[in-house]
Amino acid sequence: MSASLEKGINALKEQVDSTVASFFSSCVHCGICSEACLFYTETGCPTSTPIHKAEPLRRIWKSEYTLLGRVGKMFGLTAKVDEEMLTKWETRVYDNCTLCGRCSMVCPMGIDIALLIRKTREGMAAAGHAPEDLIGATKRAVTIGSPMGVKLPALLAQIKHVEKDTGLKIPLDVEGAEYMLLLSSMEIMNFPEFIGAIAKIFTKAGVSWTISSEAFEATNSGIQIGVADIAAELVQRIVDAAEKLKVKTVISPECGHAYMAIRWEGPNLVGKPFSFKVRHILEILDEFRKDGRLKITGKETQRLTYHDPCQISRRGGVIEQPRKLIDMFSDNFVEMPDHGKMNWCCGAGGGVSSNERADEVRLKVFQRKKDQLDEIKPDAIVSACSNCRIHLEDGLEEYNMDIPLLSLTETLAEHLAE
Amino acid sequence: MTEIEFLNWVRGPGFQIAVVIFIAGIIIRFAEILLLGRKTNLAEAKGSEMSGGLRTIVTRSFPDRGTFQRSTFTIVAGYIFHIGLFVTIFLFAPHILMFKDVIGFSWPSLPTPVVDAVAVVTIIALLAVLAHRMSNTVLKFLTNTEDLLVWLVTILPLITGYIAFHRIGMTAPSLLAIHILSVELLLVILPFTKLMHAFTFVLSRWYNGAISGYRGVES
Repeated sequence: MSASLEKGINALKEQVDSTVASFFSSCVHCGICSEACLFYTETGCPTSTPIHKAEPLRRIWKSEYTLLGRVGKMFGLTAKVDEEMLTKWETRVYDNCTLCGRCSMVCPMGIDIALLIRKTREGMAAAGHAPEDLIGATKRAVTIGSPMGVKLPALLAQIKHVEKDTGLKIPLDVEGAEYMLLLSSMEIMNFPEFIGAIAKIFTKAGVSWTISSEAFEATNSGIQIGVADIAAELVQRIVDAAEKLKVKTVISPECGHAYMAIRWEGPNLVGKPFSFKVRHILEILDEFRKDGRLKITGKETQRLTYHDPCQISRRGGVIEQPRKLIDMFSDNFVEMPDHGKMNWCCGAGGGVSSNERADEVRLKVFQRKKDQLDEIKPDAIVSACSNCRIHLEDGLEEYNMDIPLLSLTETLAEHLAE
Repeated sequence: MTEIEFLNWVRGPGFQIAVVIFIAGIIIRFAEILLLGRKTNLAEAKGSEMSGGLRTIVTRSFPDRGTFQRSTFTIVAGYIFHIGLFVTIFLFAPHILMFKDVIGFSWPSLPTPVVDAVAVVTIIALLAVLAHRMSNTVLKFLTNTEDLLVWLVTILPLITGYIAFHRIGMTAPSLLAIHILSVELLLVILPFTKLMHAFTFVLSRWYNGAISGYRGVES
């Protein structure tokens, strides 16, 4: 066995706990999960059946943690994990799964299949079977601090622009601020308006906030590729900055997996509870709304819908807040079929958008979102994840659809009363 | 060995061996799962694991509308043969007498002709499930030897039971012995195959609901 394969197998072993064992013990091969996965429904390819993607982890569980599997292993009857298998599974696990978790919602046995695939990635990455592009993004995240290679000077330059445009000060490294805002590289480079929107809303709401120059990146490539050590290191940077600035709450921006990384996986990765709270920006805005801190003027008359980013809604628990916030500035809101916790993924989460090899399939499976949109024909789509936003724009263009994408935070800021 | 001796062995020592393997197997499997343990979640909770877990144990029996539309056959056929198995195993008068012998108490039965009809429907549903498994692209792809084996050991007691009840072909003691033997095969195999889902579904559904419930999502 090669050293890398051994590493991979050990990483898979580390992933096995009572949840994994109960999940694999319960699978009856009913195939219902395939119908919940856009990578199957839009391609008809049976290798994209969600539970099948976790097969490497299942084999390790079976051969190492069950009596029958161990006996079978002695006689060479239990299926093994080898290089050839992992090579085959690489595209299944990384290119054809966004970890959206829709399969986990429909399994009649209650198997959290997305969790199993997320865990399978830990073994794949350790064995050297992760996509090159994700490896590159992860390296940049560790060495430069951003998967897209965005350094502090780039952020400072964008802040300067935003300050000029809005006439508002963007607070940097303010000790004792109530909120510390994180940003995704995508927001810094493609949507700096988001920073301006935050400045406007937070100034009106009369709360103190800051951005840390030492840890401003919200995304976590370690989570996407499946390397817990790196994921933990990236989380630790944020923890250090938040503790240094003594902030009460860290805000995860409009990015799906960033929220999953810092809110739900973060404390478990670094091995201790946080001394501060973590909230998604939509949760903060909804708190402002409840406290009467948001004065809104004018309503959007166009027909709006909301695209639920999987890691924020289904996997994150922020489902009601965006609807209440949109209600503040819209009289013409329509839900997509299968919205909220049952929403269909855009097709580019979980590292798929950073993996060029998956470009073709992510645009193909966008057909699912197109069908959803065709049913309700909105004038514009509101969302709260810049990765969804970029991919939705990409997909709409590919399918010759002309529907603008709006950031919830930015749209809300535009409707603030002067 | 005479016919009667065979029946006596199957009913006596044979049955005891099967039940011991069945119970020991289930205990071993649960121990295998639960002894692995699970790390405490250090993230600040947004909802309750317990209520989420308990809710999902119940709600996963009822698919959402979209899933029902997409997997209608699997769900309907699945419902039919599960209910059918329950009725034929637990609501058939002679079975209840057997349970009373073993565990000391009984419950009301359904009229025999009703159970007989349910058995036929269940057998048809299981045959349809197999046909579906062999023809559907995804199911064909997923299917392995174990899937076929557990299908066989599930349908055998139904078929042998039906034949024994209607006394087709052989004499009554032999038919009954074969029926009981097929049940023993099912008992012995259950803990070590995917049939174990009959018990572990409670765990897996609980974990699913607990993981989501902790994050404030009803799964």
